[in-house]
Amino acid sequence: MSDYIIEVNNLVKKFGDLVAVDHINFQVAQGELFGFLGPNGAGKTTTINILCTLAKPTSGKATVNGFDVVRQQNQVRQSIGLVFQDPSLDERLSGLQNLRFHAMVYNVPASVREKRIEEVLKIMELWDKRSNDVRTYSGGMKRRLELARGLLHYPKVLFLDEPTIGLDPQTRNRLWEYILELKRREGTTIFLTTHYMDEADKAERIAVMDYGKIVAMDTPDRLKRKVGKDVITVKTDDNTKAAEEIGARYQIEARRDNDELVFAVEHGEKFLPKFIREFGTKILSVSLRHPSLDDVFLKLTGREIREEEVSDTFKAMVRQHGRHMRR
Amino acid sequence: MNNLRGIYTIWYRDILRFWHDKVRLVGAIFLPLLFLFVFGSGFGGMMGNLGSGVNFTQFIFPGIIGMTVLMSSFMAGISVVWDREFGFLKEVLVAPINRASVAMGKTLGAATVAMIQGSIIMLFAPLIGVALTATTAAAMLPLMFLLAITMGAFGVLLATRIRSMEAFQVVTQMLLFPMIFLSGVFVPLDEAPAWMSNLTKINPATYGITSIRQVALGETSGTTFGVNLFGQTMSLWNNAGILAIIGAVMILLAMWSFRNQE
Repeated sequence: MSDYIIEVNNLVKKFGDLVAVDHINFQVAQGELFGFLGPNGAGKTTTINILCTLAKPTSGKATVNGFDVVRQQNQVRQSIGLVFQDPSLDERLSGLQNLRFHAMVYNVPASVREKRIEEVLKIMELWDKRSNDVRTYSGGMKRRLELARGLLHYPKVLFLDEPTIGLDPQTRNRLWEYILELKRREGTTIFLTTHYMDEADKAERIAVMDYGKIVAMDTPDRLKRKVGKDVITVKTDDNTKAAEEIGARYQIEARRDNDELVFAVEHGEKFLPKFIREFGTKILSVSLRHPSLDDVFLKLTGREIREEEVSDTFKAMVRQHGRHMRR
Repeated sequence: MNNLRGIYTIWYRDILRFWHDKVRLVGAIFLPLLFLFVFGSGFGGMMGNLGSGVNFTQFIFPGIIGMTVLMSSFMAGISVVWDREFGFLKEVLVAPINRASVAMGKTLGAATVAMIQGSIIMLFAPLIGVALTATTAAAMLPLMFLLAITMGAFGVLLATRIRSMEAFQVVTQMLLFPMIFLSGVFVPLDEAPAWMSNLTKINPATYGITSIRQVALGETSGTTFGVNLFGQTMSLWNNAGILAIIGAVMILLAMWSFRNQE
């Protein structure tokens, strides 16, 4: 057995003509917090579905905890915990009943079952609400219950597929405290997908995914350093003229973003005073930013990941709403 | 051992959910009770004897017991569609239990709920003037269970292939009513025209309803309402045997289909 808890070799998944996952390779070390970053439809969820045996790969090989995801499905399933993008609780049962069901199917021995359930419910601060039906829970409580459930059987790997989607910022932060605490205490390997940059920043290593391919893989810091430069955003009274001037004076191409110009320079702190002093076009506002994962993503794919975020939250809202209507 | 645990857990959850939902229990026995009182006590007196000394109320009573079990177990497959729609099916599909045992657990859950409902209808026998001894009632139970398993597995089979709850309801209703009308719940089959008679013979429900009736009314009088296959009137054991074969095929198909869904 190797040191890696997840190993993926030349993995491909096609849906008809669409190549959702296109020959990807990566390894995740024991105890690592590994993140998949990319816009919706990049193939993150498809990859997770293959790793947790919900989908079969078209070709290639993947192992989790040393078990093949196609040939040793039950062993893989026993090794992993999952928090899905969409809720997967039985809302007609209580929190406690949901966890008991999970403990039974995952063969948590009856002798430790109740103690373990109490433990995870207390970590997630749901112990007081344990007997209430899940449908009365808030979005954040449901997520916490799913996280509690994912931990119940001591999984080697915890998969979190967009774990904070549709949650308010406070709940997101709380959830992250739990996740990081869990990693500290149990040393669980965590495999995360997200399109939130700040969440991806918490990962020890990130694979950036776009159109089914992994376009970069490294620590967040090193990825940012690869983009290298600091980002200057400037607003002038004539952006066309200003862009020309930037090109002529510094040999840098500035990109238009609405009514602003964005360009990258080395050592932004030193550049900025000089720039303001000598620039010919009238500057209305200027700001300096060190590179973020947003910039990494933009550089790698030519697109901004944020554009997807709003429509996504909206979709989640519509989905929730639709559910309530049907009940 | 692993498989038994899986079957038990899936079954247990369905029973728990059923217990949680008292409205469902009342709803499921309302229609059979209505039929029982309207057709049994109401129209029953107008019909007189059907031959073999059996009156209409006596005739229809085992039919409605069978219908209750059939409807309930067949429709229960919707819980699979429901679970898929609300996400819980994922929790089940990634669990370290065999998917065939999930299908089996679902079928048994549907059958158990149907048995509870069918047994409740049975308790109404004295109210509509049907004499039912404890022995007869006990003898009906295994046949009801066989019918419930068969139709439960059929429902699960359909649910693995139908993605929306609306579509599942449409498809099951489309199958349910022809199955009920062509199984001899309400009218004896022996005087049906040839085309209809042929349809009743390919209807799995026929063998369930007929065998339950054969037990309830006694086999000799029951044969009057029995099925003719290959020029022979089918005995209770023949009917039960055919039902068991159809049931086994349905369970195998449901397991196979459950395993092959993504």
